[in-house]
Amino acid sequence: MQSVLPAADPARAMTLEAYADTILPGEKRDPDDRAVAGVSTGGGAVASGALDVLRTEEGGMGPALDTLADLLNDHATRYAGEHGLTLDPAVPPFVALAYDHRVALVGQLVAADHPEREAWVSVAMFSTIAFDAAAHLHTVDALAAGHPGLTTMGYRGPDADGLWRFPSFSYGRVLARPHPDTTPSGSPA
Amino acid sequence: MTVTESTDVLVVGSGFGGAITAYHLAAGGARVVVLERGPWLTGPDFDHDLKFGSSSTRAFDFVIGDGMSVLGGNCVGGGSVVYFAAMPRAPRFVFERQGSIGRRMWPAVISRDTLEPWYDRVAEALPVVRQEWKDVPFSGGVFGAACDRAGRTANPVPVAVDHDKCTNCNWMMSGCRFDAKRSLLLNYLPAALAHGATIRPLHEVQHLSRTDDGGYRVHYTVVDDTDYRVVVDSGTIDAKIVILAAGAGATPVILQRSEPHLGRMPAAVGRYFSGNGERLNTAIVNEDRVRDVLGLSRPDGVPYEGYQIGKGPCVATWDRLDGSLPEYSRFSLEQLYFPPGFGTILAQVPDATGPTWFGAEKKELLRTWRSWLTVFTMSEDDNEGVFGPPPERGNATRLSQQMLARGALRYRPTPNTLRGWAESDAAVRDILERDGLSRVMPWTNEVVGAYTVHPLASCRIGDDPTTSALDDRHELRNHPGIFVTDGAAVPGALTVNPAMTIAALAERSVPGIVQAARERGVDVTYGAPAPDGGTAGRRAVLPLVDNLSRQ
Repeated sequence: MQSVLPAADPARAMTLEAYADTILPGEKRDPDDRAVAGVSTGGGAVASGALDVLRTEEGGMGPALDTLADLLNDHATRYAGEHGLTLDPAVPPFVALAYDHRVALVGQLVAADHPEREAWVSVAMFSTIAFDAAAHLHTVDALAAGHPGLTTMGYRGPDADGLWRFPSFSYGRVLARPHPDTTPSGSPA
Repeated sequence: MTVTESTDVLVVGSGFGGAITAYHLAAGGARVVVLERGPWLTGPDFDHDLKFGSSSTRAFDFVIGDGMSVLGGNCVGGGSVVYFAAMPRAPRFVFERQGSIGRRMWPAVISRDTLEPWYDRVAEALPVVRQEWKDVPFSGGVFGAACDRAGRTANPVPVAVDHDKCTNCNWMMSGCRFDAKRSLLLNYLPAALAHGATIRPLHEVQHLSRTDDGGYRVHYTVVDDTDYRVVVDSGTIDAKIVILAAGAGATPVILQRSEPHLGRMPAAVGRYFSGNGERLNTAIVNEDRVRDVLGLSRPDGVPYEGYQIGKGPCVATWDRLDGSLPEYSRFSLEQLYFPPGFGTILAQVPDATGPTWFGAEKKELLRTWRSWLTVFTMSEDDNEGVFGPPPERGNATRLSQQMLARGALRYRPTPNTLRGWAESDAAVRDILERDGLSRVMPWTNEVVGAYTVHPLASCRIGDDPTTSALDDRHELRNHPGIFVTDGAAVPGALTVNPAMTIAALAERSVPGIVQAARERGVDVTYGAPAPDGGTAGRRAVLPLVDNLSRQ
């Protein structure tokens, strides 16, 4: 389940993918994958469709994405300067950062006192929603296609009609004493 | 030329505060129009789907504030459609709370005893039932057994759920596909419609102004049914009585925006907001210890792995609902399910060496999702929330087509609130980390601030005009004919799920609203039975009506 990269601007897409991969990392999609740092086994936010979720019309993030990618690379350049890092010019600056440095920079951007905090929290939120909810896909379709996030979480699937039912749901026995002051309505006194 | 419609009673919002009052007033003979800013969805519309644009985002709002995020319903039926239907009554001590004002914050005439007949009306109407342990899903079972092992009590909570229809699908926050959850779509609202009330979905009230005859003109916009940011129409309706029940996150904003037209609002409008002292902890359950320590095993032999299975909160421990404890030390703990799509981002990694809510360790935590068990704290906060200036439209600036918005609520928890949260965190650990049952971490407040699914008190009832916006009959001070009947009217945190109390207060408010309507020439009486015709609740409250009708 690869996200669709915009042909016109792969650098910005890579940058945002690297951010999403910092939030919930995955394994590299191929040996040449630079956006995904490859610090985790199985698919992460990127393979789960983070870019697709960020681009959905419903989500409302689309118009801000180019600016955010550029800002992120500016921050990465500054960060690299502060830490004496040499960045590979073949990829965007944030992509050139090693995973631990990406984490440290993202930590700065989402900190309580950062002026752009709201924007970076939003990108983190959409990245997470790609992983835990596949919000760009119908859940039934996402599960059928082996969506990495839902599969990693062990999200159980529906009945044949696409609806969830759990006929086995209870231990079926009394497991605690009720509060002694419980009223006849079943409420606290 | 624009023609302004008119009605006797205009109700803003169709959750508990709106649906209950709309029903009684329509049944009593008034012309009632309900304006609801969300869509009108029913059973087949409630998707089992996390995709943007499904009912999970159409019917739900997530408003990020400054230090407090508010989750709430946005549809016909309001919170009742997306909530978990836990309906406990508030404990006795709650009504004696002083909170931040140094004296009793509830009106003198309201106590658990005086509210009991109104609770009974709601219980008959929905109806609300006691739950048995056989109805309790695995997650509630683990929590109950862990409470018991820790020397604590635990109760299945009363609920508005038809267990014969429930499939334990845990999709309640998207609306109930099976009509098992007894939302207002199944009782008060159809009864209101049967008595001639009209409900207009996607109508977002912006402000009120006065009419020459002493009534009010309600100014609304109509929003697109997919992209709620888009306005497709607007209009006005004149009414003799206005009932605001847009939710504690929206009612005060409508009044703030109305101030230039209506004159000065009471100081408590948009202040004293309470998040019901809410907080979440997630336990990562050790499956082996569930089997070995608690002796629990599912029919298929798996000890637990049951986070996804069930129907929201089913078991609570009420040991700390002890009126002899000091204020801010009293709370209930309730096992809870929170679905994906905001349901994982705030959970923190125990013993993290890096960031707690994102990163490689968070990814590993998500692999254990089936073994999560989330515990919900409802405690006593300090009514710290204050609304800033209203946005251009609505109660918040919408960021997405649906659901996600940025609001003007500012909330800085006081040491009292923080102490309650810390004590509840410790209690959750004591219950669930005992004997290696699990590892527990609270959800972080670093990402979107604190959060609540039960916003309260932003336009509250009380006896003191300086700290309450409404009198004890829910009428807005200095603005006769405007009533507030939603969670905004509740004076403070309740330490339990508040829907039952919001509904009981709405029931209790009706005789006073009927009286006010009659004084404005509306031919309306009080005395409708329960929506299904039941009369037990009515019999019990009729002797109380005269006192509530006094001016």
